[in-house]
Amino acid sequence: MSGDRPENLIEVRGLRNSFGDQIVHDNLDLDVRRGEILGVVGGSGTGKSVLMRSIIGLQQPDQGEVKVFGEQMIGRDDADARNIRRRWGILFQGGALFSTLTVAENVQVPLREYFRHLDSKLLDEIAGYKVAMTGLPAEAGPKYPSELSGGMRKRAGLARALALDPDLLFLDEPTAGLDPISAAAFDELIKSLKDTLGLTVFLITHDLDTLYAICDRVAVLADRKVVAIGTIPELLALDHEWIQEYFRGPRGRAAADAAEREDSDQAGQPDQPVGAPARTEQGA
Amino acid sequence: MSAPADFTLADEDGRRTLRFTGTLTLARLQDVPARLEHVDPAPAAVDLSGIDRMDTVGAWVVHRLVRDTSIEVTGADAGAAHLLQQVAAADKPLKVRPDTRTPFLRVLGEMGEAVIGSARTLMGLLGFFGGVLVTFWDVVRHPRRFRMNAIVRQFEVVGIEALAIVGLMSFLIGIVIAQQGAIQLRQFGAEVFTINLVGRLTFRELGVLMTAIMVAGRSGSAFAAQIGSMRLAEEVDAMRTIGVSPMEALVLPRVLAAVLMMPLLSVYAALVALVGGGLFSWLSLDIPPVTFVARLQEVVPLTDFLQTLIKAPVFGVIIAIAGCYQGMQVEGNAEAVGLRTTAAVVQSIFLVIVLDAFFAVFFASIGWI
Repeated sequence: MSGDRPENLIEVRGLRNSFGDQIVHDNLDLDVRRGEILGVVGGSGTGKSVLMRSIIGLQQPDQGEVKVFGEQMIGRDDADARNIRRRWGILFQGGALFSTLTVAENVQVPLREYFRHLDSKLLDEIAGYKVAMTGLPAEAGPKYPSELSGGMRKRAGLARALALDPDLLFLDEPTAGLDPISAAAFDELIKSLKDTLGLTVFLITHDLDTLYAICDRVAVLADRKVVAIGTIPELLALDHEWIQEYFRGPRGRAAADAAEREDSDQAGQPDQPVGAPARTEQGA
Repeated sequence: MSAPADFTLADEDGRRTLRFTGTLTLARLQDVPARLEHVDPAPAAVDLSGIDRMDTVGAWVVHRLVRDTSIEVTGADAGAAHLLQQVAAADKPLKVRPDTRTPFLRVLGEMGEAVIGSARTLMGLLGFFGGVLVTFWDVVRHPRRFRMNAIVRQFEVVGIEALAIVGLMSFLIGIVIAQQGAIQLRQFGAEVFTINLVGRLTFRELGVLMTAIMVAGRSGSAFAAQIGSMRLAEEVDAMRTIGVSPMEALVLPRVLAAVLMMPLLSVYAALVALVGGGLFSWLSLDIPPVTFVARLQEVVPLTDFLQTLIKAPVFGVIIAIAGCYQGMQVEGNAEAVGLRTTAAVVQSIFLVIVLDAFFAVFFASIGWI
């Protein structure tokens, strides 16, 4: 298992999904490389979440093949898929925390499921640092999900997704519904966790700031398939109507400007005025 | 597969050194954390140069060993050092569960809470009933606010869609009463009194009572679940802000439907039970339907029928109020919907049976025997 380390953690080939007459995906291909943060964007109803559900096995596709960690996922029974499941973590849109368990107990669920021999003291400690790592205050540990705000629920969901130290992390709109400050902090958190733990991240988002801030590559879903995948400058060079509208619309430009300012700040020019005109060499 | 995590103790440069080996990850840790607790005396240094890989759990185990001591960590490569740093930064004491009390205090507390809860529920139900009456009066004064569509829809859900199940249940109950009654009465050679038994029992008690239980299970629970999920999705709040009164739009149609449908369903249930009882009498006791009906007319007084007509709307109010009230109390999460739905059914059936007992005593004392 450790011998062959596939370059692509996720490989989707010829995927087809439909609900009744409505075809969501047709002949969709997608690769997610080891160690990257891949942003998945697309208009509402283009099947971003359905794609994620097909990859993690919650949605049985009509056709096509899905490989995760180099292993064929479709047609695998549950017992067989356990070894793969424990190598990924998933953050659902609303957090999907178990409502009858406290935050810390939620984080312990995957640990208890896969590692029954762990003693409860170590379990509590692991839950403790996982919760702290996601930036939740210590008071949040014994609280129930209904007592948390939306942003805290997402952090708790992330802590649970990270419980088994996964190689691969799926995030479904992690910053949706967060205020800009929390959203930026969440972006930072994902980036720093990725750097610390060497994660590969599959990130569904509508948040242009997130795309600019942390994504290595962006995949664009449209016309039932991935129409383009690449870095943002690469996408901008393409002549696709939706992509141009997406990145060049007023929000896209604002996010690009913000990302650019941040880059120049980090490049050692902190005294540059915030409202400085955008430089052109980055293709904005 | 790489080697599982392990450690050895040795003296290096005169210092007692704990040397980790293998893969220091969650999946390969095995009993290392437990064994580490028994290392005595504590080592002076921890050497990480022998490990293949480490994840955050492994880092935590190392961190736990060296924190609050002067143990020195050596041999960590850049990645391991970074992980240790991150884990150390996240080391904050965290409670996993809320505080618990001693069992004795908890039992006392729960009893007290149950009593207060019951009193609150009763007051809440009364208050809610008052609110429904006020809304009803408002709508009567402004008939244009009467939501005909919603009410007709509820008629269908509460009444018409219940016909099949209520009918089947009553038919079977009619047969059971006749059969059980016949067995007992046969001992006195008084099988013909089976007709009295079936006729009076279904009209006085069983028709309305069984219908009430069925409606509570079918519609009372549905009221609580529907309104409860609407509360969770903030639909009820949205209604209020638009200026639509939830009382008027959600509660009143359901209460009216239950009040008007209960008598109809009860009479229908009683009639179907008579059919069941009559059929049994005909097939098993050789009492022809003509005799059965003629005897019914003699032995079942009009007051029995009136009892059904009086009790049924009252039970309908109780069921609808309990269902809607519990639905409106839903807060927090999906679990609350389930709890409130259960509470709605339990409370409505309980209250129906309590009131039925009062009715029985009341009707007996005014001579409707």
